[in-house]
Amino acid sequence: MASETLIEINDLNFSYDTRTILKGVNMTMRRGQLIAIMGGSGSGKTTLLKLIGGAVRPSSGYVKVSGQVIHELNRDALFKMRRKMGMLFQFGALFTDLSVFDNVAFQMREHTDLSESMIRDLVLMKLHAVGLRGAHQLMPAELSGGMARRVALARSIALDPMLMMFDEPFTGLDPISLSVIGGLIRRLTDALGMTSIIVTHDVQESLSIVDYVYFIADGVIAAHGTPDDVKESEAPFVHQFVHGEIDGPVPFHYPAQAYLQDLNLEKALA
Amino acid sequence: MLKPIARIISVIQGIGHRVIEAVWRLGRATRFFLLVLLKSGTSLRRFGLVIRELYYTGVLSLIIIVVSGLFVGMVLGLQGYETLQKYGSETAVGTLVALSLVRELGPVVAALLFASRAGSAITAEIGLMKATEQLTAMGMMAVDPVARVVAPRFWAGVISMPLLAAIFSVMGVFGGYLVTVLFIGVDEGSFWSQMQSNVDFRIDILNGFIKSCFFGVAVTAIAVFEGYDSPPTAEGVSGATTRTVVTSSLVILGLDFILTAFMFRGL
Amino acid sequence: MQRATLDLWVGLFVVIGIGALMILSLKVGNLNTYGVSDSYVIKGNFDNIGGLKTRAPVKSSGVVIGRVTDIQFSTQSYDAIVTMNIDSRYQFPKDTFASILTAGLLGEQYIGLDAGGDEMMLKAGDTIMKTNSAMVLEEMIGRFMFDKASEDDDF
Repeated sequence: MASETLIEINDLNFSYDTRTILKGVNMTMRRGQLIAIMGGSGSGKTTLLKLIGGAVRPSSGYVKVSGQVIHELNRDALFKMRRKMGMLFQFGALFTDLSVFDNVAFQMREHTDLSESMIRDLVLMKLHAVGLRGAHQLMPAELSGGMARRVALARSIALDPMLMMFDEPFTGLDPISLSVIGGLIRRLTDALGMTSIIVTHDVQESLSIVDYVYFIADGVIAAHGTPDDVKESEAPFVHQFVHGEIDGPVPFHYPAQAYLQDLNLEKALA
Repeated sequence: MLKPIARIISVIQGIGHRVIEAVWRLGRATRFFLLVLLKSGTSLRRFGLVIRELYYTGVLSLIIIVVSGLFVGMVLGLQGYETLQKYGSETAVGTLVALSLVRELGPVVAALLFASRAGSAITAEIGLMKATEQLTAMGMMAVDPVARVVAPRFWAGVISMPLLAAIFSVMGVFGGYLVTVLFIGVDEGSFWSQMQSNVDFRIDILNGFIKSCFFGVAVTAIAVFEGYDSPPTAEGVSGATTRTVVTSSLVILGLDFILTAFMFRGL
Repeated sequence: MQRATLDLWVGLFVVIGIGALMILSLKVGNLNTYGVSDSYVIKGNFDNIGGLKTRAPVKSSGVVIGRVTDIQFSTQSYDAIVTMNIDSRYQFPKDTFASILTAGLLGEQYIGLDAGGDEMMLKAGDTIMKTNSAMVLEEMIGRFMFDKASEDDDF
């Protein structure tokens, strides 16, 4: 397996208004790896993807993709870089006014001079890879959630990207669609030799397919390692997250004043 | 003692806050408008994109424009006849109908209808594309959503508006003709000849056309801005749609006053 | 297939729209009555033009034969010089009478030409000698009152 570094994240900080979202994050990702970034809701996972894609600028630190610092690129260079990236959005984000076929063909038509018959062949190949070649005439509104996600996957690999980012690809799917998507992500990553980053909080599905896991909690990397390391880990946060325990380092209760005080029972009991 | 003063201060603060907010939004809208103009190259080079949107803004607005124009003209004919026959000049009804339509009602009413039919649809569509991350997705695919989504809709609106206004006026004149000539029995010859000798090409028709071009730019600019600027939630999109209709209507009427003052008061 | 029908509809829309503009210009407006054919310019001096405006019609026997293109005040003769564009299909004798008339009681003012009997025709740039000023309502009332007053004096 190629061990060349594709993404290097160094001491990355990001804050939104006054709220700090990421604090001193360091990561390295190699070509051909399938990496999961896990963490609770609102822990800054999606922000991390946006930083890699150059949609937002870091407060300090940098993200390097194949040797180039993303936030220092000008618009044209950034758009050039983005052509080599694919991103799957949480609910697919298919273009609702275009058919399945046109959705997948979108980037080919925008960025290449391929002939229409060539595009047709390529689109059908991509759709075949996700098992939806027969659905190419449908509109996005006619697809189920799982199918829409698969079409979006086909669309994002349309130009054979070197980096794929998946934002919560498993959310809201039934168990069958979930393992279909999981299997597809693994197979496509290997077949196309790309690096894939999955942002998710679905522990079981992702641990079964990924090569490496980062846990993010409160904007810092709480733990990282291979899936086997993580399953064995005794670190309290990782243990709670992997086994889905209700209370632990991530408390069940939102910070509040003492319960008795809130109910005005202190005096009565005193 | 202090309470009323504090209340007055807070009211004044509220007003000031709103004014600043409005000026700030206006600035952002203007910047966005310039951005759209700047990025119109793609839509002009790939005119297919604009043609697609012309279908949604123009063709789909056709029915409401044709039907409303017909009825407005019929009402004008009836009312005009009622009033003019008191002075024995019912043949001037053609002039009345044509001038009212070509100068004012055609451009203005067509623009108001256009704002509520096509403008709101543009806002809702762009807002929904934003809310469902389609615009972000497009940006991540290295395609500029302003050039690919916003600019074609803008130009389609700008092209549709004058055509729709002209269709509205013609339907109105036809409606007036139906009521006064065919139903009431005003002399057909004098209906047309009075109209033709009093409607001037440059003063009336060209100015009406220019008005509708201005309205087209204003309505679609507001519609695309509200859509692009809407908060990415269901309430955000519905609020933006309402704002499009309200703001466009006010801007149309205000602009109409300014343009009329320029066109028909000399200058 | 869908693309083609869409194009067809849009094409139809544009055709109808441009057709409507044509109808407005030709049938509703009067684009076909001036500017299309050749015209020649004549002038006339009037003591008082009343409410005459540029673009007002010039009529003869009720037919529109031209338009007022310019109105100037002359400091030499202290009267108004009205320039008219007349359709070159219509020629008028030198002694044609030009008067400023009003359409109806309160209507728009226009210039009426009454042909004379001269053999010579007006040429481009010529000035009409015989003119009749606009009726100004205040003057008419004033004259009427004055006449009435002088009648009363007789008694």
